[in-house]
Amino acid sequence: MIDDWIGHYHRRRESPVSRLPAALKLGVALAMIVGTVLAPPWAVGWFIAMAVVLGVAVVLSRLPLLFLFKRLAWLSPFILSVALVNAWQPAARGSWRAVAAKSTICLLTIIVVSNTTPFSRILRVLKAARVPGLLITTIALMHRYLFVLVEEAERMRRARASRTFTRQRCARWQTLSTVVGQLFVRASERAEHIYDAMCARGWK
Amino acid sequence: MHIPDGFIDGKTAATTALLSAVGVGLALRQVRRRLPPRRVPLLGLAAAFLFAAQMVNFPVAGGTSGHLVGGVLAAALLGPSAAIVVLTAVLIVQCFLFADGGVLALGANIFNMAIIGAAGGYAIYRAMCTVLPGRRGQVAAVAFAGWCSTVLASICCAGQLAWSGTVAWPVAFTAMTSVHMAIGVGEGLISALVLLAIQRVRPDLTSEGSGAEPARPWGELVRYGLLAALGVAIFVAPFACPWPDGLESVAAKLGFEHKTAPRVVRAPAPGYQMPGVHWAAGATALAGAAGAVVAFGLSLLLARSLVREGEGAAPPTKL
Repeated sequence: MIDDWIGHYHRRRESPVSRLPAALKLGVALAMIVGTVLAPPWAVGWFIAMAVVLGVAVVLSRLPLLFLFKRLAWLSPFILSVALVNAWQPAARGSWRAVAAKSTICLLTIIVVSNTTPFSRILRVLKAARVPGLLITTIALMHRYLFVLVEEAERMRRARASRTFTRQRCARWQTLSTVVGQLFVRASERAEHIYDAMCARGWK
Repeated sequence: MHIPDGFIDGKTAATTALLSAVGVGLALRQVRRRLPPRRVPLLGLAAAFLFAAQMVNFPVAGGTSGHLVGGVLAAALLGPSAAIVVLTAVLIVQCFLFADGGVLALGANIFNMAIIGAAGGYAIYRAMCTVLPGRRGQVAAVAFAGWCSTVLASICCAGQLAWSGTVAWPVAFTAMTSVHMAIGVGEGLISALVLLAIQRVRPDLTSEGSGAEPARPWGELVRYGLLAALGVAIFVAPFACPWPDGLESVAAKLGFEHKTAPRVVRAPAPGYQMPGVHWAAGATALAGAAGAVVAFGLSLLLARSLVREGEGAAPPTKL
């Protein structure tokens, strides 16, 4: 269940793309995204070129195709709904296709980069780009404890499911919000422990 | 409400990035100045908590389910500046790690969800807490502020989509606002229930001033409010009021209107030929105003039914 939710490709394989420096990958990805967003809707050549570059990157990254499609399908409801709303507008037939193409290209770019680059490397690039230290610390701690807390939430959900058998929606909202509240209490207690541990290791 | 890349154009991305950079910069400065070192890990853990809490699904009618977004809840628990930092961290991780929300749209997402959603929602929460003291007031305030912040963020999002020319304003406004008025009910309800659950276990965590900031951070709220007002003036006001577009009127005054390049992108719906769409936008605005009144009443009723009589006045007992 956690894998479905987080949907990340954990078994990292060595591949030509994952060996590239993170700064280069992020820079190229950013350039591709900026170019795609700013490209006028009739610039079909640019979209095809981006699709070819992405295709080569996907093949070189050795990511499973099924996984990529799953991620795309998981993230596209918003794109599809806006495309539908626009398709309903008679004058907008041409432009929503461009919007859908643009967002699909940008999504795929980020999916390929984030699944071939360890997050700590991305953080290092952000740090080099002068992102404030407090924000970096927060993001790094969040990334470190994200999976811990998600697993904790999953454990609590399972414990709750095996103890409460009610089908009443009202009662389920009550128990679920108790679970979420308890999760915050546990997170803040964990934060206290982490602070003590950080101090013990000489953090200033 | 995470806007993907490709939905907003260059000028909207640049403007929102600038506004959010100012907002996040202000928030970081406040947090660095006020936050005791003990609380630094709490920011990261609260961000991880928000992410994990978003995965707990609440059953809604008809087999669908909703989940918490948590801007107002984070602001109520940690204070507005810390909430902005926490939500920014959540949005950056969602963007770079999970590809949820675009890279160029990051500024827009931070503006909608962190600055409008958390700081704006916190202003409503604070104001309502002052009027209705006690625990009952706090629960009602979180419920109402949760609803308001969801709706306000969706209106801002619609304005950005319309300013980019992706979706025509009446359509974007009608669709986004009406959907989020329903979603906001869930958000408010979950926020109130979670706050109440935390109050029962650790009342010290929800009391005033337990977060990173002093109990009455009005000075900060004024600054975030100015920023949010600037954003609303740029994104929403040109569409919502009958006066000419601010940028257009400035262009006309300065006399460089004729110099603008011919529109490269055809407007999605020139003149809005859909009959009744303008009427629908007006109706949505009216429904939103009525919805706010109803949500306010509902939040009071909710607090009444959830918090027992006399509990509000008594000092919270530690369990």
